[in-house]
Amino acid sequence: MPPLLEVRGLHTEFRTGAGLVRAVDGVSYTVEAGETVAVVGESGSGKSVGALSILGLIADPPGRITAGEILFDGRDLRRLSAAEMREVRGRDIGMVFQEPMTSLNPVLTIGRQIIETLERHQGADRASGEKRALELLEMVGIGDGRRRLKQYPHQLSGGMRQRVMIAVALACNPKLIIADEPTTALDVTIQAQILELMKSLTRRLGVAQIIITHNLGVVARYASRVNVMYAGRIVEAGSAEAIYHAPRHPYTMALLRSVPRLDQPRRARLDPVDGQPPDLTRLDAGCAFRPRCRFATERCAEGRPALEAASEPGHVVACFRSAELLEAREAAE
Amino acid sequence: MTAAAAPLVEVRGLAMHFPVSEGIVLARKVGEVKAVDGIDFAISRGETLGLVGESGCGKTTTGRCILRLEQPTAGQILYDGRDVSHLQGNDLVSLRRRMQVVFQDPYSSLNPRMKVGDIIAEPIRVHGIEPDARRRRARVDELLSVCGLDPKFVDRYPHEMSGGQRQRVGIARALALEPEFIVCDEAVSALDVSIQAQVVNLLEDLRERFKLTYLFIAHDLSVVRHLCHRVAVMYLGRIVEMAPSDELFDNPLHPYTQALLSAVPVPDPRVEASRQFRPPRGEVPSPINPPSGCVFHPRCPMAVDNCKEARPALRELRPGHWVACSEVH
Repeated sequence: MPPLLEVRGLHTEFRTGAGLVRAVDGVSYTVEAGETVAVVGESGSGKSVGALSILGLIADPPGRITAGEILFDGRDLRRLSAAEMREVRGRDIGMVFQEPMTSLNPVLTIGRQIIETLERHQGADRASGEKRALELLEMVGIGDGRRRLKQYPHQLSGGMRQRVMIAVALACNPKLIIADEPTTALDVTIQAQILELMKSLTRRLGVAQIIITHNLGVVARYASRVNVMYAGRIVEAGSAEAIYHAPRHPYTMALLRSVPRLDQPRRARLDPVDGQPPDLTRLDAGCAFRPRCRFATERCAEGRPALEAASEPGHVVACFRSAELLEAREAAE
Repeated sequence: MTAAAAPLVEVRGLAMHFPVSEGIVLARKVGEVKAVDGIDFAISRGETLGLVGESGCGKTTTGRCILRLEQPTAGQILYDGRDVSHLQGNDLVSLRRRMQVVFQDPYSSLNPRMKVGDIIAEPIRVHGIEPDARRRRARVDELLSVCGLDPKFVDRYPHEMSGGQRQRVGIARALALEPEFIVCDEAVSALDVSIQAQVVNLLEDLRERFKLTYLFIAHDLSVVRHLCHRVAVMYLGRIVEMAPSDELFDNPLHPYTQALLSAVPVPDPRVEASRQFRPPRGEVPSPINPPSGCVFHPRCPMAVDNCKEARPALRELRPGHWVACSEVH
């Protein structure tokens, strides 16, 4: 069976005052039905632009998808018309964004926003729409649904608003939910509630998820597979187990070392990734991580390494020296 | 850290209640937000005290009260043994030379129209410490390099720098007056993971080098565990637990602290798979009408009838480990 989503060679560019930014620079990956894939990376790594590209939400100008295929459920989303794409969004692919206050319409009631999705995509009438909206609110853990349907977004807390976003995303039984930093704006206990809710609902309903986040803890708790992005490319991808316990790319290794962990005793000095994040308008032909990499050699300046298979099936890494570094590490152990 | 050392900063019964008013022309007070509602703690010289909690728990207001950016409703702030809660005029100005602040957002706390050199020189100029422009410039260069920035940055504008570099400028400005005490209010929260560790290390280097004392206000508990010597947990304007860092994280006693810690995911799928995890139920109630008795009782799995009545005091249950809960012993 083909995967639910297959992204092949995706390139998305932005024309900015400072120059051309290749925000997504040749990204390929798959998402199987029902699985949760995390996309991790720091600001400017291209993780959000990649998701917006799948959803056809790149504003042109300044942005443009210049190459690639986005095969979803047998169709190339790039070939769809704007009207067809609107059908896909909200019906087949649900979306949950970081800031629910800006992605919900402030002048419409919660009920209107859920029911509109149902009317638009499923031809629901008012009565059946309201009945389904109440079911959805109950499913996402919002009690007292009849009263909530008449409320406006500002009358709800941040956690409640994010629950409403999840209800809207699930309204039409999508096959995939794309969640872009779904809990970054929330307090940690509310973050945990929302992530647990998304996990249990997507499992129960068999919905696949792409979670885009910078939080490596969230990834470890919820994702089965992980794509690590740096400067517009996937530099390493694999199972969560492989990425966290047998990372092969120097960036992944450095990132994991730099994160303070709640389960480790106080060590006043952390082990940071050296240097500054890359300036995407000034990338050269070499590996983009090279200026910050402890293992960089002259060869790393000659070209950007392609993703190659690592030892475990499904684990890929884009580093000229990854085989050599693995041998050195094994010899040392 | 010896227990006998006199604290540099101490707050006693600190409270900050903001009035809530209705009506625009004839505004009348209809209630109060009890942002901080009677807290006590002390910070020794050279110590980093972490102040953690969720949005609205009062941690930022506490920092602002100590800095005298807010006039507290009640309580005392002692700085170096002296009550500074009501200082005015020149006394307040000289106090402010000794305490500084680093804010969360280096995008909005640096003036976008000023060059980095002028941003750092401003406090030196305002306080009349170095009237000579050339020597002031030399001091700015020194501060930049202390904070790990090349002196060539003096002529840059904040928007020409990355987030991590901007936060270093904010720290250099805070150091310009050679303060003893710095309030770091979410100072590393807006930074990317790889940059956050650099700035955490810088703060720790500076503390040792200049014998600084920090109040480190943050919601990221993992960073707090690594940077702070002691940690106080706030909930709805009150301190519910306070202990040395490793003791608090390895052996949390208050049910709120336990819930908070279990909600933080650890970046390790093996650890996560084996963890018992129950998110705390419900949301933080409004500080306008906080619950009676123990403010955590409506969400607490251990609550008994008495918790609705009596406000629990902080008790020292183990050496240095203080808990405000009547049900833990």
